[in-house]
Amino acid sequence: MAEFSLPSNSKIIKGDYYQDKTGSKNIKKVNVYRWNPEDDKNPRIDTFEVDMSNCGPKVLDILFKIKNELDPSLTFRRSCAHGVCGSCAMNVDGVNTLSCIKSHSDIKGDLNIYPLPHLRVVKDLIGDLSNLYKQYESIQPWLKTSKTSKEKEEIIQSQKDRSKLDGYYECILCACCSTSCPSYWWNGDKYLGPAVLLQAYRWINDSRDEEKNERLKKVADELKLYRCHTIMNCTNSCPKGLNPAKAIASIKKMLATS
Amino acid sequence: MNYNKNPLTPHLQVYRWQISSLLSITHRIVGVVNFLLMILFCSWLILIFLNQDFLVLGKEVFASFFGNFIILSVCWTFSFFVLNEIRHLVWDLGYGFDVKISKISGFAVLIGSFVLAVIIYKLGGFFL
Repeated sequence: MAEFSLPSNSKIIKGDYYQDKTGSKNIKKVNVYRWNPEDDKNPRIDTFEVDMSNCGPKVLDILFKIKNELDPSLTFRRSCAHGVCGSCAMNVDGVNTLSCIKSHSDIKGDLNIYPLPHLRVVKDLIGDLSNLYKQYESIQPWLKTSKTSKEKEEIIQSQKDRSKLDGYYECILCACCSTSCPSYWWNGDKYLGPAVLLQAYRWINDSRDEEKNERLKKVADELKLYRCHTIMNCTNSCPKGLNPAKAIASIKKMLATS
Repeated sequence: MNYNKNPLTPHLQVYRWQISSLLSITHRIVGVVNFLLMILFCSWLILIFLNQDFLVLGKEVFASFFGNFIILSVCWTFSFFVLNEIRHLVWDLGYGFDVKISKISGFAVLIGSFVLAVIIYKLGGFFL
């Protein structure tokens, strides 16, 4: 049964308030989820008054500004800062996105930043994604072919077959979609989730792969696949504009018609 | 590392409702409601066969303001379920997954369900 409320150790308490010291008139209040594994306290929401006159345009710029100027202990993942690596996925203003490509000027009022939903917190904005990675491994995301040595050096693919991977190969596994899915929240241990199923579809759909049927058989499971109820939170949250819901529907359709 | 003692990050509490997720949960609730209503309605029919007084009693209940409200609500749960199920069937065929189109179809179902509910209600009143 789905657990709708948070366990007692996860209830959020009121945190610290960092008042602006620059005297700027262009202030935005930023509420950030904090949890430190080293003290025994519940997670808290810290509020930072950030001077927006001296801040870059993206949400990630705000986080950097807080870390550099207000509280160096703020912890978050980031790497490329250009929407390519998928490290800085988090829940900004109620929707999962990459903070490095999310503009803060679109957001009216206070800015709320939480880690990706329904994960174990490692620290502050970092959630533990090891379950997702294990599931990713389970779909064997690599090319399977019986070809050997010379034949294997270059497997020719027509432009038409290659174009079938468009909209799927671009996935950077930031986990925005999977952690936005209520179905994945309640059944994350069994249901594969949109990110992994989109990847599964990418391999099922690859003309060079020779184990299409085995892959389909493997994923055809009431819990692994059919826990998708087309809630569409995944597609609505994908920062790369991909469509995991459609990929899952395509797998379901393949299974129904094969 | 074992993170089982670490807190769980907030989910339902912070995630913004979208038209798609709202309709999805409504679809589920309405489905259960329709199921229960069917049982109630069928039991009423059986009771009428056993004793005609129940027909009169039912008519009296439905004629009241409260009864009318119930009838209109049932019209809505029924029309919403049918329309949204059609949307789901189209999805199962592989169409309508575009973010914009799914939003439009969502609003269409929502508005359409109210319109259809009123039409069914009025038609029912016309025939009675």
